[in-house]
Amino acid sequence: MSDIYLDNNATTQCDPLVVEAMLPYFSEQFGNPSSLHSFGNKVGFALKKARKSVQKLLGAEHESEIIFTSCGSESDSTAIMSALRAQPERRTIITTVVEHPAVLNLCEHLEGEGYTVHRLGVDAKGRLDLEEYKSLLSDDVAVVSVMWANNETGTIFPIMEMATMADEAGVMFHTDAVQAVGKIPIELEDSPIHMLSLSGHKLHAPKGVGVLYLKRGTRFRPLLRGGHQERGRRAGTENVTAIIGLGVAAELAMANMAHENTEVKALRDRLQEGILAAVPNAFVTGDPDNRLPNTLNIAFEYIEGEAILLLLNKVGIAASSGSACTSGSLEPSHVMKAMGIPYTAAHGTVRFSLSRYNTAEEVERVIESVPPIVAQLRKLSPYWGENGPVENPDQAFAPVYA
Amino acid sequence: MWDYSETVKEHFYNPKNAGAVEQANAVGDVGSISCGDALRLTLKVDPENEVILDAGFQTFGCGSAIASSSALTEMVKGKTLDEALTITNQDIADFLDGLPPEKMHCSVMGREALQAAVANYRGEEWVDDHEEGALICKCFAIDDVMIRETIRENSLSSVEDVTNYTKAGGGCSSCHEGIENILIEELAARGEVFVAAHAKGKKKAPKKQEALVSLEMPVAEPAAAEPAPAAPAGMSAFQRIKKIEAVIEEIRPNLQADRGDCELLDVDGKNIYVSLVGACSGCQMAAMTVGGIQQKMIEALGEFVKVIPVDKAKAAAQQQALA
Repeated sequence: MSDIYLDNNATTQCDPLVVEAMLPYFSEQFGNPSSLHSFGNKVGFALKKARKSVQKLLGAEHESEIIFTSCGSESDSTAIMSALRAQPERRTIITTVVEHPAVLNLCEHLEGEGYTVHRLGVDAKGRLDLEEYKSLLSDDVAVVSVMWANNETGTIFPIMEMATMADEAGVMFHTDAVQAVGKIPIELEDSPIHMLSLSGHKLHAPKGVGVLYLKRGTRFRPLLRGGHQERGRRAGTENVTAIIGLGVAAELAMANMAHENTEVKALRDRLQEGILAAVPNAFVTGDPDNRLPNTLNIAFEYIEGEAILLLLNKVGIAASSGSACTSGSLEPSHVMKAMGIPYTAAHGTVRFSLSRYNTAEEVERVIESVPPIVAQLRKLSPYWGENGPVENPDQAFAPVYA
Repeated sequence: MWDYSETVKEHFYNPKNAGAVEQANAVGDVGSISCGDALRLTLKVDPENEVILDAGFQTFGCGSAIASSSALTEMVKGKTLDEALTITNQDIADFLDGLPPEKMHCSVMGREALQAAVANYRGEEWVDDHEEGALICKCFAIDDVMIRETIRENSLSSVEDVTNYTKAGGGCSSCHEGIENILIEELAARGEVFVAAHAKGKKKAPKKQEALVSLEMPVAEPAAAEPAPAAPAGMSAFQRIKKIEAVIEEIRPNLQADRGDCELLDVDGKNIYVSLVGACSGCQMAAMTVGGIQQKMIEALGEFVKVIPVDKAKAAAQQQALA
């Protein structure tokens, strides 16, 4: 039995067609796209083609709106720093409490440098309060940065609506769409979105390549200055092979968009139904009615996520968790915390994220494997009795905390 | 994924003494707020001699928390309460063949559960006296609270001070930004301004072994990093050759122990030609060996010389061809 990979929000397998397209650019097609000679020229044309594919995937109006970067984080940093440097008189940033660290940690750092950061809170289902958002938009706001979809729960934010509100207030709008691109249709041409980040390895392209979409006419200041690459907006020799891989991955994502939203979604729904039917004291986190088609986040009460993952891994199933212990930072998931999930459940959250490579057989195997693992760990839990949680668990076990 | 030892994995996959002990007369409930783990330790203590007859655990926590709990119960069984109390969190970690620095708090939680259970048995109230903060230095597992307390108690004002008092920052140095940020806050709290140390290249102690030096590479200012060895003044050419031979003789036993050998072929100004034979020649470590010989030569002669390994057979053939 081969291992089952259900951690596609972390990273995805490079599609074999992507790898095949990349290979010649490691060997015979090694030229620098900036060079005049034929070695470089051919590579230059291949880059152009990749740019067009990404443009198409994003529904962007111009191919020059696509800037290749090294990763999603670089795109996020470039977007936010550009907005601040281009508008030095504006000193405020609006974001959310559930952003990826790529945005959150940058904002925290900027706060230390004197900027004001507003972090929009979420409700129990991970939804934003648009009234609160509206009240914060002002002439002092340099940029709004809100993720398109949350990486942990898959909850989708009303990005178009929020971008429109920002646009009407004359505020730049950036969205970190690394989880959304390739999973849900995106059409930027007539949108009020000024900047958008995507990451190659989340959509079956290799690691080490990202994109910043920059709407034509948006004021911009590069993060990396130097050579004239990417029209002077991102210096540094292009990661040619990865960019070409991303181009192919973008084409494949377009071709598989319907599949993702029907087949993959059906597998995800079956997984959810199967697990919830067999495991008591478990519930879906986030907004089940409005989430990415591939993402399922379940909180298993009274046990801890890392322990679940280790036992899943032992039976060949790869998933991830919002538990503190898996992050390396010892901070419990800020997303679960923001939604007000009690810690006895937040620590036991497991994210299953699927891709077009997963099969119905795999899903059935996971549905079989999960219940005994949960039962095994609950047996060890001080909150769990013979056949269910102990009565008044919070009083029955109230440890002294250090 | 964490780099867990086999012992940690074993105690996680097959925990010992899971569940509550029947007729327990000592219970310790503790938790670690930094990661939400919690542990209930139950003990059955012989009232006659305070020997722990049985121990069991119930843990809400990660793999290493479960493994630490399992290890703890194994360690305390058969001990008297006083003996058990001498167990430190490091002992628990050692029992498990080590824990990642981020997970050391799991062993701390184990030790605290034991203290709490003993206090419960003796009818005392147990108060936790330690506080956990965000992990700053991952090399030595030092957290924010520890660094702040040490800064306050000793009026520290530099990253170097913090490293000297707590070890934090003494390893890979990637947490220096974090330590500086703590210093900025702590100094501001006592009305001072943090001034960072000037950028400086770390002065390294001169290396005894010049590792993997490619001798064909031009060596720029070779002796600069080296404190100039006392140059034996007025050495004659003969004395110099003798000295070179002495160095070679000195190192030969070492090489022979590794089934190799070294022979002096020629000396031409600053170039000393040697042949490496046996296990030394062609070995990947040859460059290191040559570097070592060169270092010894430089020290013995008090001048910079280059030790050049020569293929003896080729050299002989060349000489014949010339003749």
